[in-house]
Parts: sequence; structure tokens; C-alpha cells
Amino acid sequence: MISIENVSKVYGTRHGPREVLHDVNLTIYRGEKIGILGRNGAGKSTLVRLISGAELPTSGHVRRTMSVSWPLAFTGGFQGSLTGLDNLRFICRVYGAPIGPAIPFVEAFSELGPYLREPIKKYSSGMRARLAFALSMAIDFDCYLIDEVVAVGDSRFHEKCHTELFEKRKDKAMIIVSHNPAYIAEHCDRAAVLYNGTLQLFDGVDEALDSYHAQS
Amino acid sequence: MAEMVSAGFRRSLIIQARVIGALLMREILTRYGRHNIGFMWVFVEPMLFTLGVAGLWTLLRLGHEHHIDIVSFALTGYSSVLLWRNAVNRCNLAIAPNLGLMYHRNVRVIDIFAARLILEIAGATISLVVLSLFFITIGWMNAPVDVLTMVFAWLMLVWFSVGLGLVIGSVSERSEVVDRVWHTITYLMFPLSGAVFMIDWLPRALQEILLWVPMVHGVEMLRHGYYGEWVTTHYNLIYFASVNLVLMLVGLILARQTQLRVEPE
Repeated sequence: MISIENVSKVYGTRHGPREVLHDVNLTIYRGEKIGILGRNGAGKSTLVRLISGAELPTSGHVRRTMSVSWPLAFTGGFQGSLTGLDNLRFICRVYGAPIGPAIPFVEAFSELGPYLREPIKKYSSGMRARLAFALSMAIDFDCYLIDEVVAVGDSRFHEKCHTELFEKRKDKAMIIVSHNPAYIAEHCDRAAVLYNGTLQLFDGVDEALDSYHAQS
Repeated sequence: MAEMVSAGFRRSLIIQARVIGALLMREILTRYGRHNIGFMWVFVEPMLFTLGVAGLWTLLRLGHEHHIDIVSFALTGYSSVLLWRNAVNRCNLAIAPNLGLMYHRNVRVIDIFAARLILEIAGATISLVVLSLFFITIGWMNAPVDVLTMVFAWLMLVWFSVGLGLVIGSVSERSEVVDRVWHTITYLMFPLSGAVFMIDWLPRALQEILLWVPMVHGVEMLRHGYYGEWVTTHYNLIYFASVNLVLMLVGLILARQTQLRVEPE
């Protein structure tokens, strides 16, 4: 379970403090797929960072009793001068996952071939994205954090990601944050709408979608 | 509840060790790569520095009038400078290049400092030990009189480096002024840190001023261990420990503050 209790987040800006999230409450149970809809600037990415634990809330608590992934297919954590393989080793070490079985998996999934042993700065953006997705799948989590639609590579690779995530891991919890209602409707059991930093919860996806459309 | 807390604490320790281990490997790879001697640069680099300085000081006949043997004098002095200077320099601005990694929840500000500190401290320590053994073996240096006092002095210097590293590392993240000022301070502190003189050689008035500089106490103690009663040393362990304690406490508090402020890319 992940429980977000009375979470607020304030960032200091040049124009003084700005509250990005205000008193957000949300509970995610094992195996549950929950969508969070919001327009640009509603606070979606901040919420993802707080759930993943990359940042700490200004007030309130985020409690986790299951393991949570970093935001899926995130490419920002790479060290350009290291190879894809070194980055894989780093991630395995950080999460305490065995490196041995992860290597063939990432080799096969990312389709990078010999480039896996080249520094990441030589990669194209598509190659980076493929590696990032493969790394996210190499570690087993109870809950996956998905920030925006996962659209990596060409349509065939896209299909492969879809299978890996939504079919092979269909028993896992997922938190999907997006401004795309169709994507949320397709994958989630429940949804919430983030509007100007406050989160409104709905029992069903349809009610959430209605509210989201009504706001626009 | 108490059991839960201690089990949680043990788990946290395991995670922390794992993360620091991963950061260490990464740090070694990004800094030294797999080319030529690879990770051995960790201690070969400070060794080269110390050798260079020892050579230079021999040419300058430093300490000659005090009948002190230059090689051991340079080794004990310059190794101490390398220790605190490198450790603190590596903590300075350490957070920004690692922001991306903080997307992984268990990678914390303190882990990044810890990994860098461990690497620098290990480098300076191995360099000191290897060079000492080498010079003692070829007869350019006598064996130390009291190794235990030297170890103790070195550990005190390590403690100082860790405390100062955490402070400078944390405040450098807040203001770029710190980075610029820190380099000036290091430069000025080198001649004042006790590496190039012994307190006993100086006039009384100067002694009193220089004994305010914390590192001086560490270097004096290190030399007390090495030369024994053969030289007169001046140091106050209580003063040095108090400074270290304050630095460490302030450093830990600042590192925690930094953690709360940090915003991954």
C-alpha cells in the first residue's frame, strides 16, 4: 500500500513561495491501477516525484509498504560517459537486484546490440529511451509509476513495451499520470483529477473523465 | 514497536551500504575509467603529488636548519593537506552533477557525500601508507616511533575532513559564492595548515595564532607519532576534537536541509 496523507509541496521561486500541491490524500493498494489526470502545470510531475520519493513533501507524509519504481522510462538519471551496461549495473546495485539475470534481459529487450557497451553519450534519443524502458523493466517492483504515455521507439517497440508492462505485469499496482483521458480510460480501475494542486478522487474512471472535461 | 524500529534501522543500513557501494563504483568509473591503470589512480594520483612536493622541498632544503629529514617531513605534512583538501574539494558542488540519480529514492545527498569522501580518504590513506613503506624500505626514512599515535592523528584528520566536507558540500549547493571563496581559503590554508612548518620553530606570538587553525593540531600529532620525543610538538586534542564535533554536527544538519531542498531534474 502507498498512502499519501495531507501532502503539500511548496517550491521557492523568484517571486516567493508557490504551493504546487495542496493537502493531497490518496491511497493505492496492491494491484490497483489508478489514473491521475491533470492539465499542464496542475502538479502532476510533482506528485510523481513525491510518490517515488525523489522529493520530500513540505508537509504531510507519503508511506510505502510496497516497492515503488522510479518514473518509468526516465532518461535523466544516466551518466553520459558510462556505458549502458554500467548504468544497468548501477541501478541493480542501488535496488539490490542481481546483475546476472538483468544483463541478458536488457540486452534482448533494448535491442541495442553492441551499443550497450558504448558510452550513453553516443546514443540517439530513441536508443536512450529504449535503454531507460528496459532498465525500468529489469527490476521487479510492486508498483510502477508511469508519467505520461509510454511511447518509446517505433510502433513495434511500442507494442513490446505495452506487452511487457500491461500484460506481463498486469497484477502489479500502477499509477498513471497523464493529460490523455483515453490512455487513463484504457488502463485504470480508478482515477483522480489534479486541478491547481488539489486532488479530487472519483470512484470510477468515467466520473473522473467527466469532471476533467468539465474543467476545460 | 522498538523491534520494528530496530529492524527498520538495520534494513536502512543495508540499503545505505548498497547505495554508497553503487555510487563508489560509479564514481571510480566516471573519474578514472577502465583505461590504463583505472581505479589505481585513486591513490597513484595523491602519491605523485606527494612525491613531487617531497622532491621540491628537498631542493628548497626546507627544514634544513632544524635538522629534520625532508622526506618524512613532506610525507607527513603533504599527506595531511591532500586528505582534507581533496575530501572537501570533492564534496564541493557534488550534488548538481548527481541530481539525475536522486530520482532513485534511496540515493540521498548524504550518500553522494559519503561515496566521495570514502574515495578521497582511501586514496590519501593508501598513498601515505604505500609511500611510507617504500621510503622506509629503501632507507630514505626511519620507521615511525609510535604508529598508534599516527593512526589516531590520521583518524582525527579524517574526522575533520568529513565534517568540513559535509559543511562545504551542503553550503556550496546553496550559493556559488562558497565555491569561489572555498578555493581561495584552501590556497591560503595550505601554508597555514602545519604542513610546511612545525609549531615549535615559530615565535611564540605566531604559535598562539596558528594553534587556532584546527588542522595544525592533527599534523603536529601525526609528527609526534612519527618522530616521537625527537621533536617538540604542540597540539591540543580536546580543541581539535571539539572543532570536529561541531563541524560534524553542523555538516549533518546542513546535509539534511539540503536533502529537503533538493529538486531532481
